[in-house]
Amino acid sequence: MIEPSIFEQYEALLRSESPVALATVIEGPDVGTKLLVQPAAAPIGSLGHPELDRVVARDAVAELEAARSGVRSYGPEGQITPEDLIDQPTVRVFIESHAPPPQMWIFGAVDFTAALARVAKVLGYRVTVCDAREVFATRRRFPMADEVKVTWPSPVFDELGSELGSRDAVCILTHDPKFDVPAVQGALATRVGYIGVMGSRKTHAKRMERLTAVGVTSEDSERLMSPIGLDLGARTPEETAVSICAEIIARRTGRHVPSLRDSSGDIH
Amino acid sequence: MKDLLEDINRWRAAGERIAVARVVDIEGSGPRDPGAAMAVTESGEVAGSVSGGCVEGAVVGQALAILDGTESAGVTTFGYSDDEAFAVGLTCGGTIHLFIEELNW
Repeated sequence: MIEPSIFEQYEALLRSESPVALATVIEGPDVGTKLLVQPAAAPIGSLGHPELDRVVARDAVAELEAARSGVRSYGPEGQITPEDLIDQPTVRVFIESHAPPPQMWIFGAVDFTAALARVAKVLGYRVTVCDAREVFATRRRFPMADEVKVTWPSPVFDELGSELGSRDAVCILTHDPKFDVPAVQGALATRVGYIGVMGSRKTHAKRMERLTAVGVTSEDSERLMSPIGLDLGARTPEETAVSICAEIIARRTGRHVPSLRDSSGDIH
Repeated sequence: MKDLLEDINRWRAAGERIAVARVVDIEGSGPRDPGAAMAVTESGEVAGSVSGGCVEGAVVGQALAILDGTESAGVTTFGYSDDEAFAVGLTCGGTIHLFIEELNW
């Protein structure tokens, strides 16, 4: 049997949306050589030296984790410390990351949910909608979501919470203490990058009391964007969805755009 | 690269040779991030883009030169840097570095 080429293996991984990084030597002795790297598998191909392969594979896994692509420089035998690189030709390697799409979990099958799911899809999220009420959490109401789950929050976090990372978002739109308290607790137990919780300022204040009562510390609650969204004066579900997604972007890029959490006036 | 797979497969099935250009680095404002890719066949068909349309014409020329062997695979830079002004610039004023090679791997 003929071994599939690196391109064929790369293509198969891209099609199945598996995380994969392709490292290519773009300058140095072996321009064009390739190393195909997956998080938990032996790399495929070679950049010309086993030690270079080992170091680049390690860096590629880190780049993949951060969903980042870029150029890194090494010595021909994988040297990285400046002393080891003196009088050595430089090998520049382009690492192209293909991370799976970031996830957004939306709790609460309400009017705002459909609009938020639509905007999140435009931005490339894999969207899951969760609500314990079977009549509301239906595929028919949320055709744009990748998945609709009829469940309480805790089991979802117990089962899949470890998947969430810094690029992912949890948006809690329920306004219902039975549901939003366990959702907030579940989200705080993960490494998720963004946790937003919807509600009026009054709802927010009551919710914070209940969260404190169940043991959420003030350090934990600093991770919460509550009330959710930027201070845009958004009114409709669609405008609110934009204000939430814009807040997620601003938090990721570290830009100072006024969030509702940090202001005190009317939300609308 | 993912959005180029359909075109690449069609061209490969037809026996065409293909060059691929990928954005590897940008300085200043660049229209496409590292990883953006464009494919060019030896008959001059194109898929994908590496900028907002500013440098694609020049990329096709370089890709064809690599396919016919007059140039070898490597990094090509477009835009303005401190010491040199290139013939083909980016309207956004940034600089992009592309790696262009034949897809023969």
